[in-house]
Amino acid sequence: MRKVAAETAVAGRADGARPRHRAVRLSLRDRVTVGVMVGVPLLVVAGLIWLPTALSIGLSFTNWDGIGALGHIPSTWVGGLNYHQIATIYPPFWPALRHNLYWLAFLTLVATPFGMFLAYLLDKDLRGTRIYQSVFFLPVVLSLAIVGFIWQLIYSPTQGLLNNLFEDPQHNHLIDFLGNPKINLWAILVAVGWRHAGYIMVLYLAGLKSVDPSLREAAAIDGASEWHAFRTVVFPAMKPINIVVAVVTVIEALRAFDIVYIINNGRNGLELLSVLVTDNIIGEASRVGYGSAIAVILLTVSLVPISIFLWTRFRAEEASA
Amino acid sequence: MTSAAVRAETRAQPIVRRKRRRPARLVLHVFLFVTALIWLVPIGWALFTSFRSYTDTAIHGYVSIPHGLTLDNYRTAWDQADLPHYFLNSMIIAIPAIFFILLFASSVAFVVSRLSYWFNVPMLIFFTAANLLPPQIVLTPLYHIYLRIPLPTWLSDSGLVYDSYIGLIAINVAFQTGFCTFVLSNYMKTIPKSLNEAARVDGASIARQYLGVVLPLCRPALAALAVLQFTWIYNDFLWAIVLMKSGSKMPITSALNSLQGLYFTNTNLIAAAALLVVIPTLVVFALLQRHFVSGLTLGASKG
Repeated sequence: MRKVAAETAVAGRADGARPRHRAVRLSLRDRVTVGVMVGVPLLVVAGLIWLPTALSIGLSFTNWDGIGALGHIPSTWVGGLNYHQIATIYPPFWPALRHNLYWLAFLTLVATPFGMFLAYLLDKDLRGTRIYQSVFFLPVVLSLAIVGFIWQLIYSPTQGLLNNLFEDPQHNHLIDFLGNPKINLWAILVAVGWRHAGYIMVLYLAGLKSVDPSLREAAAIDGASEWHAFRTVVFPAMKPINIVVAVVTVIEALRAFDIVYIINNGRNGLELLSVLVTDNIIGEASRVGYGSAIAVILLTVSLVPISIFLWTRFRAEEASA
Repeated sequence: MTSAAVRAETRAQPIVRRKRRRPARLVLHVFLFVTALIWLVPIGWALFTSFRSYTDTAIHGYVSIPHGLTLDNYRTAWDQADLPHYFLNSMIIAIPAIFFILLFASSVAFVVSRLSYWFNVPMLIFFTAANLLPPQIVLTPLYHIYLRIPLPTWLSDSGLVYDSYIGLIAINVAFQTGFCTFVLSNYMKTIPKSLNEAARVDGASIARQYLGVVLPLCRPALAALAVLQFTWIYNDFLWAIVLMKSGSKMPITSALNSLQGLYFTNTNLIAAAALLVVIPTLVVFALLQRHFVSGLTLGASKG
């Protein structure tokens, strides 16, 4: 019953006609082809993404040492002990969580709005808008590892631009931007924002272009101020892109890793949850259970934006399917 | 913007508009110009530093008029750190990975967008969600799985999936296929189904409809995704840090981590190395920017 409904709806969407053609059955050979086309990618993604995800959740409840045979894993079950210990006696956990939250707050309150603002300005038909777009877009093609490299040249105590510009390097007023745990996270976040704002600008600009211009003209003729028109007309019309921007922002904040790892392996003020996971795999005092539990905490937080995105994206398809 | 509407509006209130607009435009231009200049400082500064010899900057300071420019830093970074070798590693991983990502993503997208099965939407979610997960959630088990799967030594000199190119290609493919499936399925929905119907009436098999009808029409989307994926895989840092051990097999972005202490001993060298490493992505920026942006926005705005 449901399948029939789905077939008519899907067939009717793209060219709006002839649902009865859908009823044609595929030959055996075609069914095999479809099976391979779907089956191989399915196995790859299931085996390398979903299976390890399930295993991470399982391992987070064990104290498996990572060496013995896989058959021994069930006997190392410890329940919620890892989670309890992480929260109580694992010193880097709370700082790491706090830093991830600062990261998220900075992107949400500063970098993302700035990228949106740039997009809004560049959406006006200004002279040179393409050049400006290219300039703001430039950092987006760089990896965060390279961003870390490039900003070391700015922040370095003796050889960096800022200290050489504003302080006399012969005196002892040098600011160790990346070494001082009180400020290094914020110094890094400026570098991260440099790249993130351009990313958001690109996404948002595409969204603005897709807003029906007559909406804005109508608002202008009604005498609405620019800010008012943006808030009440343009912004609501861009709901799909707003969700994408929000999801990208949260996911970037949770995935952050490269830049702190390249600066100082994510220590001394730059601890992040992602770094703790890596430390518990290849670090000296690695504990499979801890690493997995921290990854599960990251996953749990990530599920919020992921669900929102999937829900808003696929609800429409479900409704029509 | 419809020009008729604009003209009508300007005719209605020409003077007020002019006077109100001009200063605002000026402020806007000044703001954008200054911001753009600030935006260019990090890369401009890296360029400036990279062309100066260490002795020059040591004597005169980094903020000073250069006494002669040199390519020595580039030469040192290129030779001593053996950068060409790491570029090659990146290509060995990125090129097959992109091929399989686009192959897998386009075949799943074809089935989802051309044929009607009850599992179409759940399957799209299965693939899309896999790309949204934090990579750390697969990392610990994947490391231990990779350590336990043997490979013949002609495929991997470690004898394992761990520390092999194949292992890195595989995880990149698995992780990125979801994003491309999502983008391509949206793209394929805009291709009229009547094309497939016609092909089927002519007796074309599913394979022919996929390879001969739909894929050629997806060329713009495939090009955009290839460019985007190249940048992402080239820029990836995490997988090789955990799933590889031998420095000599690492792709260039991950190799930076160990190279920086060993060879890039002063700021001038770091600047030159960083600029060498970004050349491939700058080529993308300069020549393929449109593809890159359309790849990003295809994923974001269609739906």
